[in-house]
Amino acid sequence: MRAFLEAATSRRLSRRKFLRVSAGAAGGLLVSIYVDLPAFAQEGTQAPQKVFPPDAFVHIRPDGQILITVNRLEFGQGVHTALPMILADEMDADWSQVVAELAPAADVYKDPIFGLQMVGGSGSIAHSFQQYRELGAKTRAMLVATAADRWHVTPDQCRTANSVVYGPGNQSARYAELADEAGRKPLPDKIRLKQPSEFRLIGKRVRRLDSRAKCNGSQKFGLDLDLPGMKIALIARPPVFGGRVRSFNDKDARGIAGVLDVFEIPLVKGSAVAVVADKFWTAKQARDRLTIDWDLSALERADTQELTAKYKALARTTGNVAVSNGDQKAMNAIASANRLVAEYEFPYLAHTPMEPLNTTIRFDGDKAEAWAGSQFQTFDQIAIAEVLGLKPEQVTFHTEMTGGGFGRRAVADSHVQREAAAIAKRLRGTPVKLVWAREDDVRGGYYRPMHVHRVEIGIGHDGMPAAWRHVIVGQSIVAGTPFGAMMIKNGVDGTAVEGVADTNYSIPNLHVSAHHPTVNVPVLWWRSVGNTHTAFVMETLIDELATRARIDPIAYRRKLLKADAGKVRRALDLMDEKSAAWRTKLPPGHAFGVSCHEAFDTGVACAVDVSIENKRPKIHRVTIALDSGIAVNPLTIESQFQAGVAFGMSQLVAKGAITLKDGRVEQRNFDGYAPPYMVDAPVAVDVHIVPSTDAPTGCGEPPVPVISPAVVNALAKLTGKRYRSLPLVTL
Amino acid sequence: MFATRSSVARSFLAMFVVFASWLVLASVKIANGKTTVTDARPADGLAEWQRVYSVLTYPRCINCHTATNYPQQGDDRHRHFANVIRGPEGKGVAGLNCASCHQEKNSDATGVPGGHNWHLAPLSMRWQDLNDQRLSSAAVCRALIDRSKNNGLDGPGLLKHHEEEPLVLWAWNPGRRPDGTTRSLPPLTHAQFVDATRRWVAAGTPCPKGP
Amino acid sequence: MTTYQLSVNGERREVDVDSTTPLLWVLREDLKMTGTKYGCGISACGACTVHLGGVATRSCVVPVSLIGDRPIVTIEGIGTDPVGRAVQDAWVEKDVVQCGYCQSGQIMTAVALLKDKPRPTEANIEESMGGNLCRCGTYVRIREAIVTASAQLK
Repeated sequence: MRAFLEAATSRRLSRRKFLRVSAGAAGGLLVSIYVDLPAFAQEGTQAPQKVFPPDAFVHIRPDGQILITVNRLEFGQGVHTALPMILADEMDADWSQVVAELAPAADVYKDPIFGLQMVGGSGSIAHSFQQYRELGAKTRAMLVATAADRWHVTPDQCRTANSVVYGPGNQSARYAELADEAGRKPLPDKIRLKQPSEFRLIGKRVRRLDSRAKCNGSQKFGLDLDLPGMKIALIARPPVFGGRVRSFNDKDARGIAGVLDVFEIPLVKGSAVAVVADKFWTAKQARDRLTIDWDLSALERADTQELTAKYKALARTTGNVAVSNGDQKAMNAIASANRLVAEYEFPYLAHTPMEPLNTTIRFDGDKAEAWAGSQFQTFDQIAIAEVLGLKPEQVTFHTEMTGGGFGRRAVADSHVQREAAAIAKRLRGTPVKLVWAREDDVRGGYYRPMHVHRVEIGIGHDGMPAAWRHVIVGQSIVAGTPFGAMMIKNGVDGTAVEGVADTNYSIPNLHVSAHHPTVNVPVLWWRSVGNTHTAFVMETLIDELATRARIDPIAYRRKLLKADAGKVRRALDLMDEKSAAWRTKLPPGHAFGVSCHEAFDTGVACAVDVSIENKRPKIHRVTIALDSGIAVNPLTIESQFQAGVAFGMSQLVAKGAITLKDGRVEQRNFDGYAPPYMVDAPVAVDVHIVPSTDAPTGCGEPPVPVISPAVVNALAKLTGKRYRSLPLVTL
Repeated sequence: MFATRSSVARSFLAMFVVFASWLVLASVKIANGKTTVTDARPADGLAEWQRVYSVLTYPRCINCHTATNYPQQGDDRHRHFANVIRGPEGKGVAGLNCASCHQEKNSDATGVPGGHNWHLAPLSMRWQDLNDQRLSSAAVCRALIDRSKNNGLDGPGLLKHHEEEPLVLWAWNPGRRPDGTTRSLPPLTHAQFVDATRRWVAAGTPCPKGP
Repeated sequence: MTTYQLSVNGERREVDVDSTTPLLWVLREDLKMTGTKYGCGISACGACTVHLGGVATRSCVVPVSLIGDRPIVTIEGIGTDPVGRAVQDAWVEKDVVQCGYCQSGQIMTAVALLKDKPRPTEANIEESMGGNLCRCGTYVRIREAIVTASAQLK
């Protein structure tokens, strides 16, 4: 995702690439690239929508309540509050009157940079900050123009505060009174945005709008949807990816009262058997009583042990080249005693958001309505339409509040929506909620790919790297998706090498290459994507080099970071300052570890205080600093970082691996694959934000990559071991 | 037909002698390892103990007789998921009691075993060490008969416990796992287990020597 | 199908369901009370936690046939309990939630803890909350909110 984002952000102002996604005339997914370069002629595609009409985003009700529409999924990251804050601030709205809703799928809600409706790449604020500011400013301007007209004054003579326009005399008018007329005003050409000193909400610790409802059971998630006549569907999936139904016996299943139908449906790859019933428990009982004869012939049976061996062998050969800087013979001149060779292994990881995947669809023949917590509304709407034989605009797609995503709900092949549509098609007129039970989720694929890294470092006399050869082996996430064309260069999937190929360390004679084996396991981006493994490798190796050179790990990083790696440097400095006191006063049995990494244009550095309790790492404290440009809501950022490091511990917990044996996933549920529980997570996390007025960058993913290397760097001091194979099953 | 009193007495004496001889002969038979009668020979008591031990250390029993602050589950006796812990009375802690999930009966449809008063055996009845390794036959035997550790049970008390305690009975009706398969059963039937206990008790609850 | 009389948040409710139906699904689908969540179905995550006979219970594994006359309290009803209210207020005050899906279960478990230990130590919190999963990872703020609620209840 980062490679893509990098291409699109202001770091490369002269080139902006837009991904335009639409349904082709003959169905299917048409992706065209609009490249805004003077030397290139435009290829006849439409420019992405640049004018966002306020009335699609703001609705001022007669009673003064202000409904702001959020153009992205809210799945914990806090956009449901932060984006309305931005708009409300520029609008001078009374924050106590603001409520938010999630936008349905529509062109006007597409990400202004990516050109599709989505959430990912930690881009929500980065991409929509300006947009929502302008929306708020436009709305304010229209309200002021309306009041000014009424009072026969000029807009300059008016001011606004808390949903009221004040005129030069004693005149005042509430926004609610002006709203109707204001909505008929033309959109202003010029708008004035606030100076940062004028912000009333932006930059403040504002509590979430959705808290209370999520604490009293009233918040409805996708899985909670209830419609008249709705049925529940569960799918019996093949035990090996790509399996097909040869035959099935549903006699016992149909014998259960409440079962409506049992039938085969196509999957993106292979086929499966769907059970439709009046309730979840009925559907589950019925599914358990199916006997299915699967055709598993001619399928590759992925096996973790076999793949690991194969990947290790591949890692000893040069792959497709991502980076080749300097002198590739420099390594030869370095004696083997001054070389560090390291091999790393990373398993498949499942996202397992707490709310299991689900989609509800009602197909009415000439239209359809869908409800889902989706990170990819544009893709999903097109996919549902395709399965149902409709045009996308004939599918009303509602975005539901969602219990987590972490990338799992951003799937280019929209497989869950396609399955739901196939079922809804058969039950025309009846709304059907497809549910993936937790077992389906744990075993259903779309994992963070397993990886092997092999790194050879030639160490200079000063203890700094003098040459660095890095081979990464892992499935390509974007190959075969609409993102492939953009993000694969020279056979290298940018998402596999981000964090190494674009390292902030000044490494001479750097060579990075990648192999992307094709494996019969569907893969996907998992919160922070390539950084999950690249940051672990980089930050543990840097630490080893520092130890070897007898240089303090923070000083070593300062020395090695590029001069212009501003964000990481500032984060590192702030982390150093805020943790120096406790780092030097650790009790016996404790050690500290540090790491720093830039992901999605945000620089992060952390220090951790670790001891070993009950044979597991116990993280007593994390001090984490970040530079993400202007902090729109410091409270949200604090939460994201406190919780993001807990999420990041997923890579270290003992049950943190999805493994396959002879094509079958070995884990079933949280008994075999477990995310971090409270005991696995840090006890205390203090978050420090580097003050900045730069454009905002993301906070959803940046906390994740830094924690596992920092913890392992601390463990290395306690046990003397270097941990290069994740997860940490034993210490 | 009707004997005189003295002949009755003589008959009884004769019968007694015969019975006593039979007893002696039976003892001899016991010494040769064949018996169908309860006996008081320690050697066979030890054999019966071994049979009892084989059940006690089977996963269905030993998973709740841990030395640690957690129970185990599964035939591989791994640590129980979700960080459930012993708590002050072996019933878990507030918010995460054994009773938070385990009810009075097995719930086969959801894969959770159940029985009356589901809880961990006290630490005095631990049959493993802190590394989850089974204790030796001698060690478990000594713990079992130690009245300061076993809730004051004497031989008959132990027998009754093995015969009637609901959680003991559960081991032979352990229900289904979440994946639908049935949990495996101890190496003896409950009746055999009770029988072995009875004989061991009758033999004076002998314990093997050694650590 | 069997008819069961249940006491839910102080009200008498009647349902006609298969006897193996877990309480979770009775609540969600027969009584339309969706505040209690489905996270795993095998009692490993705690999202389904309710109070059953005063004991924090994982409703996804308790069949309706084993409930008997034990009263049920859910997230929808815990707010009328002073401890419940204090916990919910602390959760909001401390901005605990992110996606929020696990929080019904977290709150019900925290209430059980505070009812048993009004002044829980860090170890008490870790032990009692130790079996509740939060995939977003809000554990730090959950700890803080429990301490806050405890202080409020003094």
